[in-house]
Formats: sequence, C-alpha cells, structure tokens
Amino acid sequence: MSASLYAGLASRGFRRYATYRSATLAGIFTNTVFGVIISYTYIALWVERPQLGGYGIAQALTFAWVAQALIMPVGLFGGGIVADYSERVRSGAVATDLQRPAPLLAVRLAEDLGRAAYALLTRGIAPMLVGALLFPLAWPSSVSTWLLFALSITLAVVIGFALRYLLGLLAFWIIDTSGPASMLVVLQIFASGSALPLVTFPGVLRRICELLPFRCLVQVPCDVLLREDTGTGSLPLIGLQLLWAATLLGLGAVLTRAAVRTVVVQGG
Amino acid sequence: MFGAIAGAWVRAGFTYRTSFVVLTSTGMILTFLDFAIILIMFSHLDALGGFTLTQIAALYGLSGFAIGVADLLLGNAEMLGQRVRDGTLDQMLVRPVPALVQVAADRFALRRVGRVLQSGAVLGWGLSAAPIDWTPLRVLVLASALVCGSLIFASLFVLGGAFQVFAGDASEVANAFTYGGNTLTQYPLAIYPVEVVRAVTFIVPLAFVNWYPALYVLGVDDPFDLPAAFQVASPVVAALFVAVAALTWRTALRHYRSTGS
Amino acid sequence: MPMIDVHDLRRTFLIRERRGVLRRTRREVQAVDGITFSVEPGEAVGYIGPNGAGKSTTIKMLTGILVPTSGHLRVADLDPSRRRTELARRIGVVFGQRTGLWWDLPLRDSFELLRRIYRVPTPTYERNLSAYVGLLEIGDLLGQPVRQLSLGQRMRADIVAALLHDPEILYLDEPTIGLDIASKQRLRTFLRELNADRGTTILLTTHDLVDIEQVCRRVMVIDHGRLAFDGDFAALHAAGQATRTVVVDFHDEVPPIDVPGSRVVRVDGVRQWLTVPAGTPTGPVIAALASSHEIADLSIREPTIEDVLPHLYARP
Repeated sequence: MSASLYAGLASRGFRRYATYRSATLAGIFTNTVFGVIISYTYIALWVERPQLGGYGIAQALTFAWVAQALIMPVGLFGGGIVADYSERVRSGAVATDLQRPAPLLAVRLAEDLGRAAYALLTRGIAPMLVGALLFPLAWPSSVSTWLLFALSITLAVVIGFALRYLLGLLAFWIIDTSGPASMLVVLQIFASGSALPLVTFPGVLRRICELLPFRCLVQVPCDVLLREDTGTGSLPLIGLQLLWAATLLGLGAVLTRAAVRTVVVQGG
Repeated sequence: MFGAIAGAWVRAGFTYRTSFVVLTSTGMILTFLDFAIILIMFSHLDALGGFTLTQIAALYGLSGFAIGVADLLLGNAEMLGQRVRDGTLDQMLVRPVPALVQVAADRFALRRVGRVLQSGAVLGWGLSAAPIDWTPLRVLVLASALVCGSLIFASLFVLGGAFQVFAGDASEVANAFTYGGNTLTQYPLAIYPVEVVRAVTFIVPLAFVNWYPALYVLGVDDPFDLPAAFQVASPVVAALFVAVAALTWRTALRHYRSTGS
Repeated sequence: MPMIDVHDLRRTFLIRERRGVLRRTRREVQAVDGITFSVEPGEAVGYIGPNGAGKSTTIKMLTGILVPTSGHLRVADLDPSRRRTELARRIGVVFGQRTGLWWDLPLRDSFELLRRIYRVPTPTYERNLSAYVGLLEIGDLLGQPVRQLSLGQRMRADIVAALLHDPEILYLDEPTIGLDIASKQRLRTFLRELNADRGTTILLTTHDLVDIEQVCRRVMVIDHGRLAFDGDFAALHAAGQATRTVVVDFHDEVPPIDVPGSRVVRVDGVRQWLTVPAGTPTGPVIAALASSHEIADLSIREPTIEDVLPHLYARP
C-alpha cells in the first residue's frame, strides 16, 4: 500500500493513453470544433440576454471552453479505465482484480488520475488555447484563484471517477449495465452544466441540479475560475466538492466490500 | 442482402438482457438533450439568430432525422478502421457481397432508430406550430430535404470510414464532421460568421441538409444573401457528395487490398 | 484446365519503421518472391513453411483479399483481384484464428444467413446441412450462439459454414490449432473423405505436419517467399534426405554392425540404431542383421516431415 505503488499506477494510466497519439490529435480536433460551435451559440444567447446568469459574454465563452476541456478528464461520456465490469464479471476474470494486494478502489483511482492528467494536458489545454486565440476569454488575475481552480479540477476528476466506479460496481449485481450507463451519461452531460451553464437553468430545474453531484464536474470548477474576488469566496464550493468526493468514495469502498462478498458467494 | 444481415443482428440483439425498449428510450433521451438545451435557452429568448422556437425545432428536427437515418443505415461504415484491425474485413472480402454492405450491416443497431423518431417528433411539432405557407413545392422540398440530408450524412460516415484506411487511428476526426455537423446545423446558420456558412456550403455541404431547404419551406430570407437556387439544390448536392463518398470508399478498399495495411 | 494457376507471383510490402526518435525509414519486404505452381481440380495440397514465410500472403492473394504486386494468378479461371465477388461464390475459406460466423447468433441462424448470402438453393442447402452437420457431429449445437462453443466445436462449425454452398475449392488456414488429438483426427478424416467423395480441391496451410500427411497427397514448402519444394511425399523424403531407422535389439552386446546400404548411428548396450535411405526396402538389411547375430527384437521407424524440412528450409 505504498505511495510509490500508486504513483506507478498513475503513470501507467498516463502512458497507456499516451500511446494513442493520432487518436489524441483527433480528439483535440473534435473538442476544438465543438468548442467553436458552442461558442457561437453562447454568443447568440448572451447578445440577446446580456449578463444572463451573472455572466458577461467573455465569462460565458470561458465557461464553454473550460467545459470542453473538462469533458475527457472528468469522464463525462463514461468510459475510461473504470468502464465495464460487466464482461469481467460474466467471465469471472474479475476475481483476479479483487485479489490484488491493494484495494480495488484505490488502484482504479490511481490509474484514472493518470488517464485524466494526460487527457487534461492534451485534449484539455490544446483546444483551450485555440479558443483563447479565436474568442475573448476572461481569465482571473489572482494566483490564488488559479490554485483553487486546479484543486477544484482535481476534485472534479475524483468525483467523476467515483461516479463511474459506482456504475461499474453495479455489474456485480445486475451484470448488464448498459442501461444505467446511458442514463449516467445523460445526467452527467445535462446536470453538470457542460451543455449549458446551470446558472441559466430556470428555477426548479436549477435547484434540482444543484442538489446533485454532477454540478461538481463542470459547473463548480467554472464557478471557482470565474469568481471576481480573490478566490476565498470559492472555499464553500471546494468544500462541497470535498463532501461529494468523500461521500461517493466512501460509498464505493463499502460497495466494493459487498461486491467481494457477492463474488465469493457465486463461487466465481 | 443488407436487410438479411441487419435482420440477423436485430434478432441477436434481442438475446441480450437489456431490453431493446430500454436502450432505445435512453438513446432518445440522450439525443433529446440537445433540444432540451434549446428549450432552456428559449426560456430567456423569443428568437435566436432571428428564428423562433418552432422554426428552430424544424431545423433541429430535419438535421436530427437526417443523421439518425444515416447512422442507422450506414453509421457502421465509420468503423472500417476497426474492421481492418480485428481482421473482420478479410472475412468480409471472402464473401460474395460488396464490402460496404457488409460493413454497414455488421452490428446493425436498431436502437438508433430512437434518434430518428425523436427528431421526427420535434420536426413534426415545429412544422405544425410554425407559421408556414404550405405549397406543393414546399412539401416537395421538405421531402427531398429528408432524403438528401440523410444521403449527405451517410456520405460523411462512409468518408469517415474510408479515411481510416489511410489515417489509422484518427477515426474521431470523422465525429467532428458528423456529430459536430449535426450540432452545428441544429441552430440557424445566422448565428455563425459568414466564413463558417461558406465552409458548410461549399466544402462540406452540411447546409444543404436542413438550412437551405428550411429557408424555403419557412419562407425566410437568407441572411447571407446567397443564391436562392441553393434552397432547392439539395438533390444535386447530395448526388455529387454521394459520388465523392463512393469513389473515396472504393479507393480506400483498393488501397487496403494493395498494401495489406 | 488447372483450378489454381500461379506463375511468378510476387507480393512486396513497404514497411515503415521508426529508427530512433525522428527518422523513419522505408524497407521493402518480399513476402512472396516469384512463386509458380498449379493445382488441378480435386487435388489436396498441403502448404507449409516457417512463420513469416509467405503462407498467409499467398492465401490472401488466392482469395482476392490482397492484390499481387506482379505475376499471373488465376483461380477457377478468374482473376481474384478483379472478380472477387464472382470468385467468392465458388470458394470456401476457413480461417483458423477467427471465425466466419456471427458471434451472438445461434449456429442455425448463422447458417441461414450464409444460405442467403451465397444464394444456395434450398434443396442443396438442406442436403449439405444435414450431411455435414452429421459428419462433423454438431447437430446438438445448432441452437447455441457461437460464443458459447468450444474451440473445436467452433472450428467444425466454421467448416460446415464454408461448405454449405458447395465450393469448388476449400482453403483452410491453420484449422487444427488448439484442437485436441481426437478432434484433429476427426477433422483430418473428414477432409480426406471430402476430397475423395466430392472432389473438392483442398489447400491446407498448417504447422501440424501430420495434418498434411493424412489429408494431402502433395505438399508445397514455402520459405522466405519462395517455393522450396513442390511434390509428393516420396519426393519430399528424397529431397529432404529422409531416412528410415531400423532399431534392433540383439541378444548380446555386439560391435556396430556393418551391413551394406545402412549406417549405424547409435549403439546403447544390446540396442543399435541403423539408418537406411527412405524409399529403400529394409528387407535385405534385416536379413543381413538376422544372419549375423541373434535378434531379440526389431522395429522400423518411418521418417516424418519434421526430419525432412530442415534440409529444405536451409536451401538458398
């Protein structure tokens, strides 16, 4: 259970995805194209409704590009290393996963952090640079805001992992998780604010989305970034992310133990 | 032949636990998200780019219907690279059926019809609620838009697949044109700068999927003042683009068979 | 008219390699380097060679998957690269590593689909299906999806699938890989009888040389893209300097026996091993042995292809 083990896992996750060079370039292209499209739709909206949700056009555009950058690291569309235990449960291969010397949750988290780091550095930053060249974006000037933003992104990645991990665990009980997986993707895309900032959502819908963990994936990091003050006002948001991260990871740990018992019972 | 193979896959799909209904429904919800976003936008607006909600519903529905049909029938052509990698293409080349038919019918997913249905519903609502001065020619243009739009998106899927033979792992680039193209055309092109509109008119003819036909059907003047002939030109454009796609596909297959990739 | 007619067939590949971080070189590899042979209808031919020798490349050209770089190639009087779909109706292919069946469908459905793809007339289909399903004993498996079949079962199913449309030629690429001995034996018998009863031309590539011995009457050896040997087994043994071994146990220990036409290669107590060139009758040697000393026991070991091949592979 050493730190070097987890560091090794993280770097393995990083390198595994780093080998797909042309896929990464293609992904950067795709993210950039969508960023451009979304930028123009936001411009059209904010020109009609200046200061909608408290955002100026520059803030709205920044939101759009940061959201695009976060899609892959946070695993908004599912997938990632965690993805599908269904096949492994069916074939029984999952037994080897559970016999590893380190806890399954921690192993997967370390790998996913590596994967997310790579995604952020490539498909996160590159499109954002293009966006900054093409559109007027609003960057904070204080260092503390940037540091809190980095922390917020990390927590968003962890929460994104936890959600997918929990979904993966479902395979131990219901074997075929493709239905719930689709629903999770729908919720993540919509309730994270990645399609349209939650601040523009009308009344009841907005309040519901604010109760769900998905806002921590995109909306909250953007809130942290876009704050006008020096950044300490963002601490409650960070706290919210910490709360969700702890809750979901804790749930993951508990369910992993339950999953192990299920596997043993099935004699798998 | 496509029907026989696709039918076999449909039957196979029913053997899986997750019911077809569940998968199609969640798929429909997923594709509806885009329109949900538009609805939320219109809780703050009366018009976007000069278009009302019902008019945008028509644009959205046309584009979604077209890509839905194309994805259902030829979406798997985009997987040609994968077929090369796992050796399935060789197996297909040994059979007396054209490769494109097999690649397209392989892993046919009936649940993709969800997008067609969902877009069709939104389109139907938009057309019935928007103020349209229906004439026989307008009906004809609408019908041709449904067909030609599907052909244009289908050609994009085929082109995406063909490029993978040359460019390997870059299959996601095609997504930027197909799904990106769909997202782009859900909104009136009036919100984009004229360079974008020229690009989707003259380079990748996405504007002929829904924008130009819709201008005619809805009776709206072209904000970019491009020739009015474009509004009825979808069949010609689609035919040309299909030819380009077919030629590229054949070249890709010839390349594969000449290099073993 | 030959079923398969190949003359000076060549296939070159361009390999792009990375040397170091930035440099990329291109190297030409002659996968098939001027092969000439012809196969008459009804022949059963083995096609063997070390890995990377060009076996799969040849098969791919014969079936139309790959276009030759140069040379003359006709199968059933058709050019495979130009008339692929026309030729496809008349051939059957079994790839050992991958299945040609639909993974999730019941076996019966896969066969039905193939019936439609190959447009097999219903009477022919029914006849072939019942015949082959019976011979290969997969009748109980017809309702199961292919993914639930064992390797041996799947291989037998693949063979049935390849034969449903009465192909004139059957290509088998490593069909016995991973099978147990009993399954291999059943398969070999089936192929031999298929060739004898139906006159189906068979081209079999394999690493298991017993497959060739039991199914084929002719063997071609390919090495480094060239045909190192093409003939029957007698010629193979002669070319490969094969020998038969007579193992004799004498009553007592005797010095190495000197019998004309043979050579002692090993002595161990009362037992001696003598080699005789393949094709030579051992009768005189045995008579000479018996007349020289008292024999307790005697056996004759025939050469296998394994003994023979190294001599062929080594040739330039």
